[in-house]
Amino acid sequence: MDFLRQFWVVSVKDLRAEFRTKEAVNASLAFALVILVLFSFAFDAADLEEAAMNEISGGLLWIAFAFAGTLVLNRSFVRELPNDCLDGLIAAPISRSALFLGKAFANFALVLAVELVSLPVFGIFYHVRWARQAPELMLVLVLGTWGVTVIGTITSALTVNIKLREVMLPMLTYPILVPALMSAMQLTTRLMAGEAIAEDTALWLKMLIGFDVIYTSVSLILIEVVLIG
Amino acid sequence: MMLYVYAPAGFAALLAFVLAVAASVLFLRTKGLRFDALAVSATQVGLVFLTANIIAGIVWSRLERARLWTWEPALTSALVCALLYASYLMLRRALEEPSQRAAFCAVWSIFCFLDVPIIVAAVYRWRSRHPQPPLWSALPVAPLAGSTAIALLIGGLLLWARVKRENARRERESSRRMDHVI
Repeated sequence: MDFLRQFWVVSVKDLRAEFRTKEAVNASLAFALVILVLFSFAFDAADLEEAAMNEISGGLLWIAFAFAGTLVLNRSFVRELPNDCLDGLIAAPISRSALFLGKAFANFALVLAVELVSLPVFGIFYHVRWARQAPELMLVLVLGTWGVTVIGTITSALTVNIKLREVMLPMLTYPILVPALMSAMQLTTRLMAGEAIAEDTALWLKMLIGFDVIYTSVSLILIEVVLIG
Repeated sequence: MMLYVYAPAGFAALLAFVLAVAASVLFLRTKGLRFDALAVSATQVGLVFLTANIIAGIVWSRLERARLWTWEPALTSALVCALLYASYLMLRRALEEPSQRAAFCAVWSIFCFLDVPIIVAAVYRWRSRHPQPPLWSALPVAPLAGSTAIALLIGGLLLWARVKRENARRERESSRRMDHVI
């Protein structure tokens, strides 16, 4: 089996397991919606000027995405614990980087799906016209979500044997994700306000791409250590 | 006055984190547990200095701007880095099996260190709408170099003591485990 096929088999397996129970994705979606509703008590959306709402929309969205994302990421490796599935996966004759990428991609698809449902809901609740720069916004969503899932998948592997892993995962991921979330927030805010990507925003885009490239490659190098110990 | 604590402490913290990541890489190459002891000691000493840096920044902010916290870029990145390295110590505390703990923490230390320049770049970019020169740029060079030398000396002594203590603790633990086996 070549690398691509191994990668594909692992991600399809994860997605299929998730779609049979839907436990992570349902919880994540419900959580995202609850957060979006809670925001409305932090400020009054009816009183807020359109400009002021635009100014904070990117930040609000990515806070909701990051929180909801952890619920999916938490399950990623824990799901393999019953029946010693994790040992089976590690012992399987596939490359560990394909295993990691496959799991990361499955998480990525799930988190992105939750985001794509929450985004229009956010638009309706807070009267934000989010689709003015739709292709660029999709690009930012994809890049930001990939950053969150790469870090989340590797921390999920690091914390799988810890008793308090549900607490540990967000404490590990959020500080390291600060630059990625910051770039994604800045870009989302600008794009939702209808601005095209200019010189100023392009720098944030470069930073987001850089974050993704650096952490994807370092994860691929170090995953061997994490899985075999 | 506060800035003579602030700048050297930040510099010493950065050096400690460089040492920690070097020790982590060496651990992953050699699997020698003494490098793990050096990595955890350097991280803790680095966090002590980073805390000194942040406290000095808070005092400075209170004196100069009459509020306890300003989102000044250097101070903000120091805060984010402190949270980041606190996560390293949390991970350490949560993992129990020594060789696994050493390997996982070495991986996490590399992850944290790679994030430091990105955090600094992002925070400076984020604050670029209100540009301001770094706090220490107004200071005369000679006393600043002197206080940095003092900070590094204190850091070296702290690190030496911490490594000794860490090794002694490990010795004690392994002998207790041996007693248990016998």
